[in-house]
Parts: sequence; C-alpha cells; structure tokens
Amino acid sequence: MTRFDETIRSLNVQLIAGEVTSVQLIENAIARIKELDATFNAFITLNEEAALDAAKASDAKGYTADRPLQGIPLGIKDNIVTKDLKTTAASKMLNDFVPIYNAGVMEKLETAGAIAIGKLNMDEFAMGGSTETSYFGNTLNAWDTARVPGGSSGGSAAAVAAGEVVASLGTDTGGSIRQPASFNGIVGMKPTYGRVSRWGLIAFASSLDQIGPMTRTVEDNAILLEAISGHDQRDSTSADLAVPNYSANLNVGVKGKKIAVPKEFFGAGIDESVQAKVREAIETFKTLGAIVEEVEMPLNKYGIPAYYVIASSEASSNLQRFDGVRYGYRAEGVKNLDDLYLRSRSEGFGMEVKRRIMLGSFSLSSGYYDAYFKKAAKVRRLITDDFKRIFADYDLILGPVSTSTAYKFGEKSADPVEMYMSDLLTIPVNLAGLPGMSVPAGFDEDGLPIGLQIIGNYFAEETMYQAAYAFEQATDFSDKHPE
Amino acid sequence: MIEYKGMILSELKEESQMAISEEEVKHVAQLSKLSFDESELHGFTESFDEILEMINQLDEVDGSNVEGMFRGTDVQNVMREDKSVSGTERELLFKNVKTTKDGFIQVPTIIDGGEDDA
Repeated sequence: MTRFDETIRSLNVQLIAGEVTSVQLIENAIARIKELDATFNAFITLNEEAALDAAKASDAKGYTADRPLQGIPLGIKDNIVTKDLKTTAASKMLNDFVPIYNAGVMEKLETAGAIAIGKLNMDEFAMGGSTETSYFGNTLNAWDTARVPGGSSGGSAAAVAAGEVVASLGTDTGGSIRQPASFNGIVGMKPTYGRVSRWGLIAFASSLDQIGPMTRTVEDNAILLEAISGHDQRDSTSADLAVPNYSANLNVGVKGKKIAVPKEFFGAGIDESVQAKVREAIETFKTLGAIVEEVEMPLNKYGIPAYYVIASSEASSNLQRFDGVRYGYRAEGVKNLDDLYLRSRSEGFGMEVKRRIMLGSFSLSSGYYDAYFKKAAKVRRLITDDFKRIFADYDLILGPVSTSTAYKFGEKSADPVEMYMSDLLTIPVNLAGLPGMSVPAGFDEDGLPIGLQIIGNYFAEETMYQAAYAFEQATDFSDKHPE
Repeated sequence: MIEYKGMILSELKEESQMAISEEEVKHVAQLSKLSFDESELHGFTESFDEILEMINQLDEVDGSNVEGMFRGTDVQNVMREDKSVSGTERELLFKNVKTTKDGFIQVPTIIDGGEDDA
C-alpha cells in the first residue's frame, strides 16, 4: 500500500483492526513531510511533539467506525489560528505570532480526534492565486515542480496531492480552495457561506471567506466537512442549521438530476484543453442519467471587478488591526506613533497585500464609495439573483474551475490583472455565498490536472457530494498520482 | 525635452490619460497607513492604474433600482443573552506583545504630536 492508497476511511479500518497505530501514522507523516517537503515546501511549521502526544492519547482511547477522524494527521492552512502553534498567514507581519486560542474548526477537529500535524503554506493573507506571495517562499505543484500549485491554499493542495498528508483544511474567498485543488488533481470543497465557522480564521474578506476540506477522495471530503461544520455563537454569520451526515448517502447517483451549464463558462479566456475535458465530464453526467441544459449568465464576467472591489475593501478594514502595537511585526527606531504604523505596515506586508489594501481604501474613500464599493455590491446582487433564478429550476451547475491548468512560476505574477482574470469561474460563487467544489476531471497533454466545478444551491452540499461521488466512481482520475 | 512643472512632456501626457495619478496614490497610501518610497511609487501607480481600468468595467452594468448586497448571508441581528462572563487572562493576552512595562503595552514616544507630514 503506497501513501496514495491511504484515505481517512481506509486508515480508520486499519486503526480499528490494530494494523497500524496513530503514533505510527504521525511518525510516517513527519518522515514523509521532511523528505518530500524539501522539494515542495508545502509546510511552514510542523507540530511534531504535540502531534505525537495526541497520537499516544488517541491510541489509548481505541478506535470505532463512527469516529473516522480519530488519530488521523491533517495539515492546516496557516491562516487558521491554532493554540500554541505558530500561525503566520504566510506573512512577515505575523512571522512570530503564537495564538492563545484555537479556531472554532480546530476545536471541532479536536473533538473528532483528528491531529494537526503542521501549518500549511499559502499566499500572504490569502491574497493570491498561485502561492507565489508567501513570506516563506513558493510551494511547488505536486505534478510538476516548475509550476505553481495554485492559491491561495497552495500548500494545502500540494501536501495532499504529494501524499504528505491524507487531508488538509484550506480557505476560499474567490476560489482559493477550488483552484489549487484543480491544479493538483484533488477534491476541494468551499461550503455555503456560514456552513463553517470563521471564528479563528484570520480575516481577509469577511462576507466571502470560508474554510473547507481538501482531500483525495469525495468520501474523505464529506467526512471532513461534517466534522468542521456547524453553528458557532462566536461567528454571527454562521448558520444555525443541522449538519447532515454528508458521507452517509453518497451512492444515490444522479439519475434525473437537472444540471445547468452556463454558456459563459466556456469561450473566450478559457483554455481549449480545459474546455474539452470539462465537456467530456458533462457528457459523463449525461450517461449517468442526468438532464443537462445550457443556461445564460450574461453578467458572469463582471464578477471579477465586483469581487476585487468588495474583497479589497473588506480586507483594507480587516488588516487595519496590524499596527505594530499589540502583536505582529513592529518596526524599529520609529519616531512617533504614525511612523510606527506606517513603517510596521509597509515593512511587514508584501506588495500584493499592500496593493489590495490600497484598492480597498480607494474604493471606500469619499468621492469613490458610490461608484466603486456601492456599485460592486449592486453587481454582486445581480449575479446572485442570476444564480437563484437558475437554482429555481436546476439542482446543480457544472463548469470548469480555472481558465487554465497550472502555469509556470513567474508567468502571471508580473501582471496583477492577468492573475485576477483567472478567477473568472470561481469568484461568482463566493459573491453569491453558494457552495462550490472541484473534482478531478482528467489531464491535459502535459499531464497536468484539470478540475470540474460543481456548484450547488445554498446548503446543498449533500447533493453535490452525491454527484461528485457518482462521477468519481464512473471515472478513474483519482487513481492517477504524481511521480 | 519640454518640461512642465518638473515633468517631461511625454510623462505629463501619459499621466493625464491614467485613471489615477501619483498624487492620488499618495493620498490613498495615507488613508491606508502605508508608505511607498519614490522608487516604488511610479511602478505601483502604473499597476494600480491598470487594475482600476479593469475595475471600471463595472460602469457597463446598469445598477439603477438594484439594492446592494453587502453581506454573505441574510442572517442579521444575532443576539446573545446579556450575561457577563469572565474575560481572557491578561498574561495570556500579552503573550505576543513586543515590549511591556508595569503591565502596560509599551510603545514608542508619541509626545511630539504623533503625526508626520507625509
């Protein structure tokens, strides 16, 4: 059995049978990470000692099938706050920050018995689509080390795809789970806004951010989402709704399900190889019994400007807290308080973060607020209404995740607008607050993974998982591995 | 070379066609509590201008009679019981503070008025 054969489910079976212990799983994972990460640079910080202690406690407890996450090592994106374990958001600003509390999702994972083995690399403050802006260096794509892993959850995706860990948590504000999942050939789910608590998630854009699972299989993804979902009093945007057992009914198929395919998801700006593979995937759904029809979303492309205004505006507010006073980077030799703010922030933040803060402050400033921030919010409303109109008649929406497969390092980093345009297909989903996932749908001529995006109605993750599972079982893309 | 207010004419023409000027960028930087040195400012203004050109596509959409959507959920006015609970231990809260004195966060001197002329 290679590391690529491991799943949460299969490891649980082995733990129950006594074929392996959690201590062994942690030791193996640490050894693998130390070996593989010299290449991939997926992890920023490892949690070796605490993870081993947790593993010992877990082994002493014993294992059951109704606690599939117990004893399993997971990677956690480094913008999720972990008590006593350095949390940096991949920024110089938080280079030495050690949280005094656990995020809501970490508390839930602890209850489930899962073990955080380390913190994963990302674009700084989650602002990026390639993991090229991290203070701790680039993470490499698991399939081709000359290429980006995608972003901002690049470390979370590469670590799973390379077999360093069986699952990880990422975050998605404009596509940051789905796109790296697509670039690395794994399953990534951005849940409905409010499904998962944002308490303890270092905020980027508060009306868009969500934490979600990244795994190699659909079943694992469903198990992990169930574990982290649920109402949290400390996050007033979290939904007070019951959490379904997402992995319980995966095998129902898609017969009779109505699927909408927006024609704007294919066409200018989207690579031919991506379009071809995704169209093949949609054909597979037809043979599985789904009814597929074309729909129109004429405002789709305006999602990009609307998103960059809204997300940057919210970020400019959220990042005001980094001022060199209570925590984080503090510039030396400052003359006065204003100098403390200016220099701590200018020295502590990278260029892309500064760019977004500037765009946000500009959009919110007097004289521009109506034309930019308010206008963007109106466009957001229109795009959301389009989605609601479609979901009145359809169960799911299908399309590509990204406009391309993984590109080479440096190819887009010099041109911010070009980088932003590649989020064309993921952004509208965040604007509407809908759930979206990426599942492996094949490879291009260079052997690079292509993801299929499945978009569901509000809180319809169960339906999405059923569709994803049917597709996964009908294809063998998940069986292929890097190297 | 024709000069006007210290800028070469070709530069002047370029600036007047841009969506944002270096002066405006400096103003936004002040609002953001960020500083750019002269060598960074021109390059930053150029890329910021390109981004704004893209953002201006929003003008193509008719927003009349549309209510803005500012939140990710319709949930609002989430309340809790007005009951006092104990806060976090001060020692714990100070864990990541760079310098402290007598139980206070120590910051650099601000007695000279606090603000520099940008």
